[in-house]
Amino acid sequence: MTDKTPMMTTEKRPTGLAMTIHRFSVSLKSPTPYFMAFGIFLWIAAYYLFVEGWELPRFNKLPGPVEVITEFFNPDPDWGMSLFTPEFYDHVLVSCRRIIIAFAIATGIGVPLGLFMGWSVTFRHYSFPILETLRPIPILAWVPLAILMFSGLETPVIFLATLASLFVTTLNTLLGVDSIDEEYFRAANCLGSKPHHVFIHVVVPGALPFIFTGLQISIGVAWFSLVAAEMVSGEFGLGYLIVDAYMNVTYVIMVIAMLTLGFVGWLSSALVRLAGNRLMQWRIRALALEGR
Amino acid sequence: MLDQGKSRGAISIRNVTKIYDPEGVNVMAVDDCSLEIPAGEVCMIVGPSGCGKTTLLNAIAGFHSVTNGEIFLDGEMLCGPEKPLAEQGADRMVVFQHGALFPWKTLAENVAYGPMVQNTMTKTEALDKAGEMLAEAGLGDMAAKYPGEVSSGMARRAEIVRALINDPKVLLLDEPYRAMDALTKSIMHESLLEVYDRTKVTIFFITHDLEEAIFLGDRVVVMTTRPAKTKKIVDVDIKRPRDYTTLSSNRFRELVEETKDAVHEEAVKAFEAGERELA
Repeated sequence: MTDKTPMMTTEKRPTGLAMTIHRFSVSLKSPTPYFMAFGIFLWIAAYYLFVEGWELPRFNKLPGPVEVITEFFNPDPDWGMSLFTPEFYDHVLVSCRRIIIAFAIATGIGVPLGLFMGWSVTFRHYSFPILETLRPIPILAWVPLAILMFSGLETPVIFLATLASLFVTTLNTLLGVDSIDEEYFRAANCLGSKPHHVFIHVVVPGALPFIFTGLQISIGVAWFSLVAAEMVSGEFGLGYLIVDAYMNVTYVIMVIAMLTLGFVGWLSSALVRLAGNRLMQWRIRALALEGR
Repeated sequence: MLDQGKSRGAISIRNVTKIYDPEGVNVMAVDDCSLEIPAGEVCMIVGPSGCGKTTLLNAIAGFHSVTNGEIFLDGEMLCGPEKPLAEQGADRMVVFQHGALFPWKTLAENVAYGPMVQNTMTKTEALDKAGEMLAEAGLGDMAAKYPGEVSSGMARRAEIVRALINDPKVLLLDEPYRAMDALTKSIMHESLLEVYDRTKVTIFFITHDLEEAIFLGDRVVVMTTRPAKTKKIVDVDIKRPRDYTTLSSNRFRELVEETKDAVHEEAVKAFEAGERELA
């Protein structure tokens, strides 16, 4: 006790970002990122050879990587759409805006709903059968109903994207509450908690890891159903752009829109993951000590 | 501690029976068990795994109901025929088998939780007090860490601090050192003894480690295998304060010898019955 290690007392706790940077620099010393880079290279090389190099049957109608990338970065695009045309951003922004609204609504309803379903047995008995019946209905089956119920072009699309991610969020939150060890509830009660304390201090933080897993899936599902909805009804957005490009035989644009979707989708789930890590420092630290 | 320290935390278990009915078949976990624990005693309950020791603890803590019988705390009925399930309260603090510090709160926040939700202190007061008490327990540097970042020994010690901050009448420990290696265990024992010497809180301690029981306890209650009954009660007449040298004293060895057979006999019975533990 007399000679305290100075490391312990003056230790600064690394924040999420510092930890990410640290991990990144460590990972550069391992073979992992180089394998990943090589893997990506292999895929693109195969794509190039199949489509542009050897022009294999069935592949020769597709735009190749060189064509797509040249067009994507072309200030004066041949097909009218590239990183330099405002139209491209219009479509991206419309889709992103819809996703943000849909994801916000789905999270705002789904998380509390799941928490209450997990927390109150009575409430779960009332709501669970309905949820489980509605959940398996494919999102495309909701399209006619969405168009009937909501006016305009915007709201049905948002409704469809919301619905899909709502189910995912609710179910994962519910499972998150279920996953909390009974002993934490006992400990909380033993320490003199009122029900609202248990809810705030045990149910919510205890379910958080599952909630964020759910949110990551949910934002992916939101993109998926948004694009499906945009393909069916819409006049903007990346999903619409893909169908429109197909109809107009501008396949390069189609591929550009697909790649953009992939990138934006990846970015959005990275943001959700980042938010989760910020909220769950306790978990990140424990996992880091386990070397994960 | 308080003046009435002497009269706090006397537990009286009278003819308690507990029957579980998980699959439509009655399983008797505790059969007509009676036990008087005077205030300020360290009472060690020893018995084979799954014998119903935890059932007794759960009944005192208010996690499970009793089928028959009564339990009193300082003359007040906790549970009985009209009220089979005791209310859970901060006068009886449980330290759990697997540890139940909230992993999402730092050690200081964990310790401060009790006074905060009971409204006996403001958040700042509670955190200050928690910091003090953790420092007393040698965990001063760990106060801002999460349970996942400290060793299991430290976590368990912090859990006892979390219990003590509420000034409980009784400390209920359910095999708290079960998963620990022998070295850590002995350190934990000494720190628990130190806590006891300081607070004289009544301790109800469940274990299946006989040496642990004799080292820590004023009295060792050997339970029979399911359904649990008291089989043998051994008074440990080794004076306090005790430390690890006690473990090599003659009296300690004698007491172990004296009790070993009773425990072993029940362990064999339990093993042969081969039944699963009940929750």
